[in-house]
Amino acid sequence: MIEKTIVWEVFIQSKNGLAHKHVGNVHASDKVMALENARELYTRRNEGSCIWVVKAEYIVSSESEDSEAFFDPSNDKIYRHPTFYTMPEGSKHI
Amino acid sequence: MSDLFTYTLRIADSSLILGQRMSMWCSKGPTLEEDIALSNIGLDMFGQANGFYEYAAQLDGTKSADDLAFNRNEREFFNHQLVEQENGHFGITVARNFLHDVFNFLFYTQLANSKDETLAALATKSLKEVKYHLKHSSNWLIRLGDGTDKSKRKIQEGINTMWQFTGELFEMDEIDKQILNAGIGVDNTALKKDWDSLVNKTLSKAKINRPKDAYMATGGKKGLHTEHLGFILAEMQYLQRAYPDAKW
Repeated sequence: MIEKTIVWEVFIQSKNGLAHKHVGNVHASDKVMALENARELYTRRNEGSCIWVVKAEYIVSSESEDSEAFFDPSNDKIYRHPTFYTMPEGSKHI
Repeated sequence: MSDLFTYTLRIADSSLILGQRMSMWCSKGPTLEEDIALSNIGLDMFGQANGFYEYAAQLDGTKSADDLAFNRNEREFFNHQLVEQENGHFGITVARNFLHDVFNFLFYTQLANSKDETLAALATKSLKEVKYHLKHSSNWLIRLGDGTDKSKRKIQEGINTMWQFTGELFEMDEIDKQILNAGIGVDNTALKKDWDSLVNKTLSKAKINRPKDAYMATGGKKGLHTEHLGFILAEMQYLQRAYPDAKW
C-alpha cells in the first residue's frame, strides 16, 4: 500500500475569504484519503477553515533556468508599483 | 454509587479504553499520515473520557477523575468488551473502530437530548469528533473492502472477529432503564435498527459480507471482561500504582 500512494500538495485557507496557502504535502492513495491526511497533519492546531488537495503531478512549476527570462524583465519597471501616489492622510491598509 | 454515576462511568470507560488502544498505534501506523490520524483519534477519545470522568467524580464527591481512571481494577471497569479487543492488523482495528463508531454516533446523537445538561453538553461536544471518527473508519472499510484481494480478506476477517462483541452495545440493564426513565439516558435497544442500516449500507459499499448473528459476548456492564483488559490496565495504570499521586 505504501508503494502505491502518491504525493498531494496541500493548501489551507485560514479564514473565509482569504486565499488558500500552500502548507506542504501528504501521501495518499485517493482523494478522500488525501483530504483526511491533510486534515490530520495540517489542521491540528486550528489552522484552517478549508483544505484543498491537488495531485502534485498537476502542479506546473517554472524552471530555475528560466528565471532570467521570466523574472528579470520586471526588475527595471518600477513604474508598475503604485508607489508614485501621495497617500491621503489617515488611509490604512492600502 | 448512584445510577447516574455508574451510567456516566460506563461511557467514560469505553472512551478511555479505546483511546488507550489507539495510542498503541503511535509510531506503528502503516504510513506516517495514518500514524498521526490514529493517534489523533486516540487523543479525541482521551478528551471525551476526561469529560465524563470529571463529571462522574463530581457526582461521586470523593474521588478525582484520575482516581477513577487509574485506581480501579479490571472488575470495576464497565467498558464495552468491543473496545478492549486487540488492535491486531490494521484491518482488525478499522473493523473494531467502525462498529463502535457507528454505535457512538447514534448514542451521542440521542444523549445530546438528555435532560441532564452536563451529559447533553458532553455528548454534543463528543459528537463532532465521533462524526469524524466514523467518516475515517467508514472510508477505510470501503477502501480496504473494495481494494485488493488481500485487503478485502483482512477487513472481512476484522469484521468477522469483532462481530461477536456488537450484541452487547444494545443491552439495557436495570441502571440503563432507570436512567432512561428519568429522561437522562439513551434507549440502546432502539439504536439497533439505525445501527443495522448504517452498518449494512457501509458493508455493502465495501463489498464485504455481514456475518450471521451467532454467539454474542456480554458482561462489560457488569465488569466482566475478556483477558485483554487486564493487560491494558497494567500498562496504563503502572505509573500511578508504582508512584501514587505522582505529578509532572
